[in-house]
Amino acid sequence: MATERQSRALGRLFIYGSLGALAIFYLMPLWVMIVTSLKSLDEIYAGSFIGLPKVVTFEAWAKAWGTACIGTRCEGLRPYFINSISMVIPAVILSSGIGAINGYVLTKWRFKGSNVVFGMLLFGCFLPFQAVLLPMAQVLGWLGLSGSVAGLIMVHTVYGIAFTTLFFRNYFITIPDELTKAAQIDGAGFFRIFFSIMLPAALPIIVVSCIWQFTQIWNDFLFGVSFTAGEGTPITVALNNIVNVTMGRKQYNVDMASAMIAAIPTLVVYVVAGRYFVRGLTAGAVKG
Amino acid sequence: MATLEIDRVKKSYGQMDVLKEVNISVGDGDFLVLLGPSGCGKSTLLNMIAGLEDITSGEIRIAGEAVNDRSPKDRDIAMVFQSYALYPTMTVRQNIEFGMKIRGVPAEERARHTKIAADMLQMAHLLDRRPSQLSGGQRQRVAMGRAIVREPKLFLFDEPLSNLDAKLRVDMRTEIKRLHQRLGTTIVYVTHDQIEAMTLATRIAVMKDGIVQHFGPPQEVYDRPANTYVARFVGSPAMNIIPATLHVGADGRAEAAVSLPSGEARIAGIPLSAATLKGYHGQKVLLGIRPEHFSLSTTGLDTHIDVVEPTGPDTLAVFSMGGTEVIARLEPFAAAAGDRLRLAVKEEKVVLFDAATEARLD
Repeated sequence: MATERQSRALGRLFIYGSLGALAIFYLMPLWVMIVTSLKSLDEIYAGSFIGLPKVVTFEAWAKAWGTACIGTRCEGLRPYFINSISMVIPAVILSSGIGAINGYVLTKWRFKGSNVVFGMLLFGCFLPFQAVLLPMAQVLGWLGLSGSVAGLIMVHTVYGIAFTTLFFRNYFITIPDELTKAAQIDGAGFFRIFFSIMLPAALPIIVVSCIWQFTQIWNDFLFGVSFTAGEGTPITVALNNIVNVTMGRKQYNVDMASAMIAAIPTLVVYVVAGRYFVRGLTAGAVKG
Repeated sequence: MATLEIDRVKKSYGQMDVLKEVNISVGDGDFLVLLGPSGCGKSTLLNMIAGLEDITSGEIRIAGEAVNDRSPKDRDIAMVFQSYALYPTMTVRQNIEFGMKIRGVPAEERARHTKIAADMLQMAHLLDRRPSQLSGGQRQRVAMGRAIVREPKLFLFDEPLSNLDAKLRVDMRTEIKRLHQRLGTTIVYVTHDQIEAMTLATRIAVMKDGIVQHFGPPQEVYDRPANTYVARFVGSPAMNIIPATLHVGADGRAEAAVSLPSGEARIAGIPLSAATLKGYHGQKVLLGIRPEHFSLSTTGLDTHIDVVEPTGPDTLAVFSMGGTEVIARLEPFAAAAGDRLRLAVKEEKVVLFDAATEARLD
């Protein structure tokens, strides 16, 4: 008995030991970022990267947010943060909304060739970003949306539809067709069924779609750097400019604080809605 | 309340004919059961009545009016589905009121209708729950309540009891029958369960491969099935179908010669019209005998009982006759395996079928 209990304890120790070691390994960069962003520049150049700051200062954060120079403009990340917010919110809502309607039509209102349409949409998921850069630039030019946040919203919406359609289609296919039939007999039309029955039942996948799209669009660099310039760029491009363009000593603390600021929204979204994310990805049929 | 006429209705998907000219007509207040195995087209026909599937050709009339081109909501019907199809995010009350809300029924009237339906189905205490918090039987009741408040001309039921366990199925069956007696509304009910069909229907349409095999009152379908398929499908255990040879008996009536392990036996006095009998004299036919139409007798057929299956109220005795296995329903303890029993046949109940077409002979 005793030996068995001992060996089980040993096993536990091994499991938690390796889990802990791996967690520390993974969290190391975050740790470095946080402590560095809280140190003064002198302290960074004098001491180590990993240790705790001798004096905690939020100077670097304030500078990154409000006064750091990007190009000739010294307003910090604030305007670009706002750019990103005003891009990501409409783009997430539009792409998720269109994806939801697509998924609804592709499962509950099938038409001849609907599977082909779905197959082609799916193809969009595997299309590399680089492949659409030039044609997209052309289209944006025609539409007069070049270099604007509105143009980026359109690009991200179009690019996101493939993914959001896939999410919603695969979710709605688990909802029995009889539900739509019952609603038709009750007298509900296309949009009534969508808004009153399908969408309320799709909450988990709505969360998945929004988190996914938010993360993708917020973190996007390539479209941002390709289709916008100067004051119109999203925060990822601005971050790149802060980090890569410096005069004099490299301001590690400001760089780290900037990177944290750029990363916080996606972290917040995931922490707030993350449990729905996992639930939505693993959700099966809606039990009716 | 309404009549329902299904007039030369066909359904095909491209080259495939799912329904091949269906003709069914039922009166006001009838309970029509579409009975058949899966894939026979019964659910397709129900969906066509509901307006959820297009009609390829022919006409469906509800209360004398053609409804082919009307959408489901304009057909004045209500439907109960196998999976109940309750809206998962709505409470029971919202589920029941959803249709009325869309039709613009004022709130007080909605509440009144909901209360009547809830009382009728004894589910007033469930109104504020969600479907996921209900048992299978309760969900079924809600689905029925949703149909009742519509006050339709026609109720459609699509295998409503298939998802319930055996005990509950019997209870709900009674409940549906009671509902029909109380409301008197015409009902179309799809099932593959012949007992449901027998217990509920005033008219049964037995279907196979998109063709109505037999359409008539339950007792007729049971007593005089149109062909051997219907004979085997309705009744449990099924009707025995036994190869035999038909003769004109000494009394001028039909007499069947059938082989038994102990030799040839004759069953005389089988009902058959003289004209048909003349044509089939000396021909091979199939005898249809229900298990309960065998009985112990001193002068009956000489049988060797092979297997005995007691069910409680009866004993099923299996023996060989005409080269096939035959089941007789006898009293408990009337037979034991290995017995030699003399069994009489109720000749007036015997049905004859053509050996080739397997259609009933009259």
